[in-house]
Amino acid sequence: MKFMKNMNKTTRQNMITYAMVILAYIIFQTLSVTGNLSSLMQGLLVPLCTYSILAVSLNLTVGVLGELSLGHAGFMCIGAFSSAFFTACTKDIITNDLLRFMIAFLIAAVCAGIFGILIGIPVLRLQGDYLAIVTLAFGEIIKNIINAMYVGLDENGFHFSLKDSMSLNMTENGRIIIKGAQGITGTARQSNFTIGIILLLLTLVIVLNLMNSRSGRAIMSIRDNRIAAESVGIDITKYKIMAFAISASLAGLAGCLYAHNLSSLTALPKNFGYNMSIMILVYVVLGGMANMRGSVIAAVVLTMIPELLREIGEYRMLIYAVIMIVMMIFNWSPKVKTWREAHSLKDVFHKRNVKEAK
Amino acid sequence: MALLEVKNLGISFGGLRAVNEFCIKIEKGQLYGLIGPNGAGKTTIFNMLTGVYKPTDGIITLDGQNITGKKTIEINKAGIARTFQNIRLFKDLTVLDNVKVGLHNNYKYSTVEGILRLPAYRRTEKVMNERAMELLEVFGIAEEAEQLAANLPYGKQRKLEIARALATDPKLLLLDEPAAGMNPNETLELMETIRFVRDNFDMTILLIEHDMKLVSGICEELTVLNFGQVLAQGETSEVLNNPEVIKAYLGE
Repeated sequence: MKFMKNMNKTTRQNMITYAMVILAYIIFQTLSVTGNLSSLMQGLLVPLCTYSILAVSLNLTVGVLGELSLGHAGFMCIGAFSSAFFTACTKDIITNDLLRFMIAFLIAAVCAGIFGILIGIPVLRLQGDYLAIVTLAFGEIIKNIINAMYVGLDENGFHFSLKDSMSLNMTENGRIIIKGAQGITGTARQSNFTIGIILLLLTLVIVLNLMNSRSGRAIMSIRDNRIAAESVGIDITKYKIMAFAISASLAGLAGCLYAHNLSSLTALPKNFGYNMSIMILVYVVLGGMANMRGSVIAAVVLTMIPELLREIGEYRMLIYAVIMIVMMIFNWSPKVKTWREAHSLKDVFHKRNVKEAK
Repeated sequence: MALLEVKNLGISFGGLRAVNEFCIKIEKGQLYGLIGPNGAGKTTIFNMLTGVYKPTDGIITLDGQNITGKKTIEINKAGIARTFQNIRLFKDLTVLDNVKVGLHNNYKYSTVEGILRLPAYRRTEKVMNERAMELLEVFGIAEEAEQLAANLPYGKQRKLEIARALATDPKLLLLDEPAAGMNPNETLELMETIRFVRDNFDMTILLIEHDMKLVSGICEELTVLNFGQVLAQGETSEVLNNPEVIKAYLGE
């Protein structure tokens, strides 16, 4: 406990967040190994990590930088397809599975980050909600392009077409890697819960450490007051693009995790479309702006509820909506907040400590 | 040579000539006042000096360096820091972090060093914390260091804004109505603080103010502005007794 007291408030909060994630990992992993986890829950473990990473990374743009982005699934899509493409191409060249997977993550992050910068440079110079509009369009465009894209590989190199697989003009030994609307098939399912949790922790460390550093303060100062930030010499464009690019590349990581959890990867509206982006935004809003722990909890709860409610059938989405509204009120309504503070567990513990001390 | 020299500064917004032929010369270490009725163009001049507006004509020189029409960031790096008429703090950051944002360009480490918590991060953060606390102590708000800036009382918010501006290590400090909304006691305290800053930080200060007690109490020289034109310029007591100034501003 003494060790905890010596840290400052933010560091302590961050440690609690990490500890919660590790604790959740230990619990689920034990349940899973001892066979006490239903196959439904087993299948949810990697998506839970994916959505948590997405929520934390989007919170960097929305909560920390203060810009609205409606195309986060687009960056996830880029990360998913670039990494799955890499894995499919190098299946026979790099035989070490783990090494190939690590490189795939790197490629996913870099590709998504590059797109983040490309979008950020023109858009983040503007003031207002332009980023929301552009990212919304970007997410849809990426999804549709990939849906229409054919890429093949033969001994002459890569062949690319937006028409159909015939127009790739490949030799007989050629292999089609991205098959239009059918996407990439045959990706090795390398993602597992452990890797997912490691990535989530990595994402949390990057985002939380960034927030408590010189650059993070600059990013948050832009959110709070752009004019004042400029007046003390903060380079607005640089830090906006930096935050947005980091956010995008972390979404790319999540995409890679997602892609390697499925044997066939397709760009459907369901997984990379507008609805997905909004869903991630809901996690962020519900979890609280710039509150990374909240984002993780919201992502986990909101992903699990629909699955757990499957048994009640058609009323599922109704209950889901009610739970969402109740959560929103419980988290953020001023009156409930005061009530919560008055009846908080922390106080109970504290009072007991005081009594014991007496 | 004067620290700040402004020659024939002017700006037009469409057909409106907001400031015309504005000249000023401020020596190092001076406490200089800029007064005038509402809408005279005082804040517009501040905005031109800090690069928020680009002047239509004229030249601004700071310490021999031409800074006319440069960007706000470059002007801040050249050595001008300011506060705002309507307080602009980073309200969701702590008081300490507000000052540390001000220290941004004086104490550096890279983003990667920050994320990986390398030794450079720890070393620099320690120095930054010490420096920021020093500044907060000067303004008597060190005890509130961990509070959110938005939760400070009004008078302390004003002080925090000055502390943040000083953190950028400027040569010239611009204060835009520092006493606005303060009661007489707070104003007296503020006058002490401004004098203290000038003496202890070797600062040159240009301030806009409507509170005549503050202006006559601490400013050594004044410029009076009316309808974007300089009406009078010179030593405080002379200017305040100038019949034209009395007519235009103080009332007959």
